[in-house]
Amino acid sequence: MRVDAGLISYLEELSALSLSEDEKLRLLGDLDEILQYMASLSGLDTQNIPAYSLVYDNMNAREDVATSSLDREKLLRNAPKSANGMFVAPRTV
Amino acid sequence: MHDMSALELSAAIMAKKIGVIEAVDAYIDRIEASDSRLNAFLCVEKDKARAKASQIQARLDAGERLSPLAGVPVAIKDNISVEDMQCTCASNMLGGYTPVFNATAVERLERAGMIVIGKLNMDEFAMGGSSETGVFGAVKNPWDTSRVAGGSSGGSAAAVASGEIPLALGSDTGGSIRQPCAFCGVTGIKPTYGAVSRYGLVAYASSLDQIGPIGNNIDDCAAMLSIISGRDDMDSTCVLESPFDFGQEACPQRLDGIKIGLPRNYFDAGIAEDVKSAVMAAARELEEAGAVVEEFEMPLMDYMIPAYYIIACAEASSNLSRYDGLKYGYRSPNADTLQGVYRMSRSEGFGLEVKRRIMLGSFVLSSGYYDAYYKKALQVRSLIKDAYSSLFGRFDMILSPVAPGTAYKIGENAGDPLKMYMGDIYTVSVNLAGLPAAALPCGFGAKGMPIGFQLVGSAFSEGKLVSAARVYQNRTEFNKARPGGEAL
Amino acid sequence: MTWEVVVGLEVHAELSTRSKIFCGCTTAFGGEPNSQVCPVCSGMPGSLPRLNSAVVEYAARLGIALNCEIANECVFDRKNYFYPDLPKAYQISQLYAPICSGGFLEIEVGEASKKIGIREIHMEEDAGKLIHNSQSGETFMDFNRCGVPLLEIVSLPDIRSGAEAAAYLERLREILLYLDICDCKMQEGSLRADVNLSVRRCGSSEFGVRTEMKNLNSIKAVSRAIEHESVRQIALLDRGGTVTQQTRRWDDTKGESYAMRSKENAQDYRYFPEPDLPNSALGESWLARILENMPELAHEKRERYAGEFGISAYEAKVLTGDRNIAGLFEELASLCGNPKEAARLISGELMRLMNASSILPEELNIDASKLAKLVVLVTEGKISRDAYKETIEAVFTQNVDPGAYIAQKGLLMQSDDDAVMESVLAAINDNPEAVADYFLGKEKALTFLMGKVMKKLGKSANPIAVKKSMEDRLQCIGGKK
Repeated sequence: MRVDAGLISYLEELSALSLSEDEKLRLLGDLDEILQYMASLSGLDTQNIPAYSLVYDNMNAREDVATSSLDREKLLRNAPKSANGMFVAPRTV
Repeated sequence: MHDMSALELSAAIMAKKIGVIEAVDAYIDRIEASDSRLNAFLCVEKDKARAKASQIQARLDAGERLSPLAGVPVAIKDNISVEDMQCTCASNMLGGYTPVFNATAVERLERAGMIVIGKLNMDEFAMGGSSETGVFGAVKNPWDTSRVAGGSSGGSAAAVASGEIPLALGSDTGGSIRQPCAFCGVTGIKPTYGAVSRYGLVAYASSLDQIGPIGNNIDDCAAMLSIISGRDDMDSTCVLESPFDFGQEACPQRLDGIKIGLPRNYFDAGIAEDVKSAVMAAARELEEAGAVVEEFEMPLMDYMIPAYYIIACAEASSNLSRYDGLKYGYRSPNADTLQGVYRMSRSEGFGLEVKRRIMLGSFVLSSGYYDAYYKKALQVRSLIKDAYSSLFGRFDMILSPVAPGTAYKIGENAGDPLKMYMGDIYTVSVNLAGLPAAALPCGFGAKGMPIGFQLVGSAFSEGKLVSAARVYQNRTEFNKARPGGEAL
Repeated sequence: MTWEVVVGLEVHAELSTRSKIFCGCTTAFGGEPNSQVCPVCSGMPGSLPRLNSAVVEYAARLGIALNCEIANECVFDRKNYFYPDLPKAYQISQLYAPICSGGFLEIEVGEASKKIGIREIHMEEDAGKLIHNSQSGETFMDFNRCGVPLLEIVSLPDIRSGAEAAAYLERLREILLYLDICDCKMQEGSLRADVNLSVRRCGSSEFGVRTEMKNLNSIKAVSRAIEHESVRQIALLDRGGTVTQQTRRWDDTKGESYAMRSKENAQDYRYFPEPDLPNSALGESWLARILENMPELAHEKRERYAGEFGISAYEAKVLTGDRNIAGLFEELASLCGNPKEAARLISGELMRLMNASSILPEELNIDASKLAKLVVLVTEGKISRDAYKETIEAVFTQNVDPGAYIAQKGLLMQSDDDAVMESVLAAINDNPEAVADYFLGKEKALTFLMGKVMKKLGKSANPIAVKKSMEDRLQCIGGKK
């Protein structure tokens, strides 16, 4: 499969990016080359090979205990925009 | 003082020959004198360090025994959270971001009495093999400042190599501790996946990332690894029951009975002659120390890089989605709609290499391509892991090069991402299989640049690796060499 | 040519654990915005999830109650999308291997019972809350709810009407409450239902195009929305039109649904296994322990009450309406040895008292042993039904000791024949017209005469003894005449 402008556009949307024209051109070439190379995996027979995953015997889960939370001031300290104790975003609808 | 190892420094502090503040000041002076040349440090927190040093001094004076590294200054790669210090990941996206919590590894170092001096330069979001992609400029190799320090923990390796700091924390996802160690002639350990907590490490690829030590010798690194390793309630993947205890072997010189595998196909094509001979020489050194070195054919070599990059980019694309301009970090002033804030903040905040990997990651996870790329890569990963398991049935450890060449000129590989990726051929499979590896200096190349090799072990066999590394460093002098001709 | 309505329900239940699914923040409702948040649930760089074991147990409990297969491995996936209420820009959920699958829930529609298939139950984390300020054109983000554990229960498209959907939701709600894993307050959002609806010709096995309706915050609303949407789709198809696949928002006050701007048509969520949470084996002993500790469910109790105790369906329904009530009934029945009487007391008097004073079942604090004493006294004929009711009320409101109260108020029934006889004779003598009416066949006369006696004797009178005595006397008189 080849990388084209349509795919770049779609990937931009999935990734919430807006590339400059230069970047688009650059990535068109790069991604094409890289993906061609990555497709070499298809040369390996992996039928019936399980996908890698870490499996542990026990859940390594926590007890259901409520612990203290962050001070609200700390939570919002790095926020680019906050008001009334909340993060602020532009209108979502 | 800069001639001492970190362990020796701590012993001197305990023996009251040196004060903690004195040590901190000496290293800060050194940094101030040399770092403009190297660009290893992104920030030096002099006041905080001195305040901490007083506290530690007081506790030591009161008779507390904190750890074998108590009182020693340490610097932290700028993708590991230190409370109230910057954590930029060398990116505009996190410019001005200050964590409100410590990474567990940092917490443990501080509890052990180490003093955090500052944060270290790196590739942006740890994506790179040269420490050139960060927005604060490239890290220069102390052996030749026109050359790269390696990456992504270039700042950590350069700072240690130049004597600016005795020990540093780095992170390794596909070679990011080992390769800069090799390029800068210092020692480093990439621990087994799950040995050290990742809590507080800004995630690049969750199933591959590990925090590890960089220092001048294996004992210093081992001492630091002991402190930071072991179970953590905040990280579900950190499962090592208790921290490593490497014991105190007195100058071991022999490795009798140890079986070391040498992957002959790693030396076939693409490796520089000087690197090849230095690594082979290291193998011979260990043979002379009593180890049995046997050649073998490393399977799946052609599939390591594609599998690694597919998985790493996929996880990265998801891990970096949280940077959206709303909760922390950079928010574009050029946007006022929601989509605008997302897209402009991310496009202006991230550098090109980061964007490239995010796009790649989104692609391999997208519907229609998931099976052929991501799922396939996970299957290849299983095969690689199984291959190593088999090998460790035959060998105690595997000896291999770290990089195909020595440190190249700054800017030389900038335009060719795929070529950069291929440079990770010897390191990525270790992360894919979740195994430990120690990188040790073993010589110098044609241009006088350092060369390193790695010893790879089975899961949680760091003890064996440290023993072998001790033997190697007792029999050779490479880790004692310093740039600028100052041999120790 | 008739149409068949095909409905599937997706229900989200907020679990009543103490802490969130992946961090230790509290799940308590109604805190100040952003006061129950930590680096993990707010997605700060470097944060990592840690699974709450109670969430997995609750999921298994529900799966068992819904007759599902429980997975033998616990696996999570990431669902990736951008929205301000999702701090990590991915939701940790389960796609590939939900914890429970392939079960059913039995509902009663009229006389018949029907099994609604359950496709799966999976665990996921809730998102935060957004507050929109239309004037300033801004949206505010509160992360308190981020990370609250949710179970998503997905039914098969076996539901055929609003009434069936309501029955399904009522039964599901009952089960969740009995398992004590969710407080099911739809108005507060701890139980949410989404409806997937399509129509097809009767007899067809193909599925029509379906629409999705969200924002349904009561069982009645679900039922109404289903009725309305079926009519809408059928009318559309009858006109020769086609149904557009879309999400619709239901407005319950207007009784209408509106198409939502479908800008997110087919979102590619790029699901992949969550690398920060290793898969873990769910052992047999773990599952066995959960099975052992499963509480008896409401419908199981109703069957048992009918079978073992012979209690009527109506009473059984009242008794099992709340787990606390059922528990009280069972305790009382066991203490007094008279389940029928116990059922009568609780579903009758006690419910009446509770309603009158607006006390909720979970607030009820009454001593079953005191009630048991009363049951014994009344069934042994030692107190009248009136005295019984009065004492029950006294126990309910003031927690009196029944014995002391009865003694103090003189409620123990006297079957003292002389006193009764005296009063009966007096009543007969004093009320000749009533006596005459009695012999003319007027039933009311007897009641009238008895009333006179009862008034004289007071609460300690045994009405049965009085009646017998009165009837005997009257008969004698009658006989004499």
